[in-house]
Amino acid sequence: MSTVATPSAVGSVPPEGSGKHILAAPRPRYGEKVVLGLLWLCAAISVVTTVGIIVVLFTEAVALFGIPGVSIVEFFTDTAWRPFTDPGSDNFRIGVLPLLNSTLLVTAIALAIAIPLGLATAIYLSEYARPRVRRTVKPFLELLAGVPTVVLGYFALTFMTPLLRSLFGIERVPIFNAMSAGIVVGILVVPTIASISEDSMSAVPRALREGAYGLGSARRHVALKIVFPAALSGIVASIILAFGRAVGETLIVSLAAGNLPPAELPATNPFQQVQTMTAYITQAVGGESARGSVTFQSIFAVGALLFVLTFLVNLIALRIVRRFREEY
Amino acid sequence: MDQRITSEPLTTAPSTAQPIRIDAGSSATPSTSAASGPVWSQDSAGSGSDRPGASKGVVFGANDVSVHYGSAPALVNVTLDIREREITAFIGPSGCGKSTFLRCFNRTNDLIPGAKVSGRIDYHAQNLYAKDVDAVEVRRRIGMVFQKPNPFPKSIYDNLTFGPKVNRMKVDFDEVVETSLRRAALWDEVKGKLKQNAYSLSGGQQQRLCIARALTVDPEVILMDEPCSALDPIATAHIEDLMRELEHDYTIVIVTHNMQQAARVSDRTAFFTAEIESEDDDRRFGRLVEIGDTSKIFSNPTDKRTEDYISGRFG
Repeated sequence: MSTVATPSAVGSVPPEGSGKHILAAPRPRYGEKVVLGLLWLCAAISVVTTVGIIVVLFTEAVALFGIPGVSIVEFFTDTAWRPFTDPGSDNFRIGVLPLLNSTLLVTAIALAIAIPLGLATAIYLSEYARPRVRRTVKPFLELLAGVPTVVLGYFALTFMTPLLRSLFGIERVPIFNAMSAGIVVGILVVPTIASISEDSMSAVPRALREGAYGLGSARRHVALKIVFPAALSGIVASIILAFGRAVGETLIVSLAAGNLPPAELPATNPFQQVQTMTAYITQAVGGESARGSVTFQSIFAVGALLFVLTFLVNLIALRIVRRFREEY
Repeated sequence: MDQRITSEPLTTAPSTAQPIRIDAGSSATPSTSAASGPVWSQDSAGSGSDRPGASKGVVFGANDVSVHYGSAPALVNVTLDIREREITAFIGPSGCGKSTFLRCFNRTNDLIPGAKVSGRIDYHAQNLYAKDVDAVEVRRRIGMVFQKPNPFPKSIYDNLTFGPKVNRMKVDFDEVVETSLRRAALWDEVKGKLKQNAYSLSGGQQQRLCIARALTVDPEVILMDEPCSALDPIATAHIEDLMRELEHDYTIVIVTHNMQQAARVSDRTAFFTAEIESEDDDRRFGRLVEIGDTSKIFSNPTDKRTEDYISGRFG
């Protein structure tokens, strides 16, 4: 802003001090400032909230390891989870691995159901279905995503579990088991995968499809070799979202998977009672626990671990996408 | 798949469809197509019979073809022939249905919901729209190059092996890549970077890659829908040279907005016009005005509308 006007232009501008610049705003534009301020505030609230949650989560989590008798090494390496007794007693064990194992087991079952089902649905809707079928099916799919999880939890307990027991035998399948919960969590996240993947596959330009059809490709070649790789980033994003939902899902697992951390690690048998990280948090929150107690602080420690888990998966997935995506 | 198989039926089952056209026998009676008069032409002045190449076989015979999108007509009552190893250009103002018509020849319109083709199109005297015709096989034989270069977001090499792979052609991929790139006059520019993404090429190179890609599946016909409209004049000149080169082995049909281009490259030119269907909403549909030797269409057209368009008084 050193030399605003050249000497020749100075003459046409009123000398300084004689009042307003000829190009000055005719009236102050307060409205703009108000709108800007409001929008900024809204954006700031979500950022501040996120930062706040992270700070609280981690400071409270760290406080767990300040309690005498609780060690961070044990937390990550011990293979038993019995946090409800006095830290000094022999029975006290605070290894999070059984909970982590349970969560991963249920999530793996859920994604093993949801990824094939969701992607097949997405490919059908985007590449094969007539527009009218797509317009009818998609709202139903999204409706499924809106079913309250408590309903799905009872669906797991009163429908899926008896079904599994009649299929695989009452001796093999206990009432509370990871399989039933995992399948229903899978059903819960199918719409997430199908809907977002379908969006990103439909967004692949028609020119690419026509180019492939023009070479004598059948539909499945176009779908799998052209559309799928081009839509990969959206597809992976949908799977990460589904993973996040499955890992964080609470009610279904609390109702159907039980509340008993597996005794033997690694726990891979789907027909056993487990306790996921979220189920433990629910259990602990439900009981009476004073601030500063092991139970209270452990809620935050488990919650922080859950947070780190989803965060890591996000990071890894981003790298995968960058490597394999066929960007159009 | 190395050999060109031009006169086989498009299906494995024997076709029951009897050819209607008397002039459509491709190789058995080469003289009748010329001698029986210019049935492909609406100008009955006998445009084709006096030229040396007139005895060439007919690849496509379109008879009274109309295309509708939903209930709206896009193109009505087109009758013309496309001859073997020639370049046929379709010209005309926007909305005259020339691209729509082009897409009928490899059944690309099938992919658009609501599009309906009526009339009859014969490919080597066999109905292209017969029930037992496999549209996938049609598109393998009748390749297409689009308005905007549309390479796949894969490496140059993978772009060129895609077609042979999906068609399960038993060929040496390295050889296919090199041959097709050489034919498309692109080999020298890209031979050192076949693993690079096709999107790293310039627009003109991308379009030549798309032409090379079309050649990899050994088509007989190449349809080109305004292939140079997104390119600069130098790239355009490249593609035009290439088309004249490819003409020796392939039948080419090109839609172009550029009349000079039609005059430069094509052997025959078809002029389409857009007619207004209803004044209220300015809906248009296309109609063929005339088809004839390019030199005649540009120097001495039969129809007044062609003359007006060519001399720039309209369109």
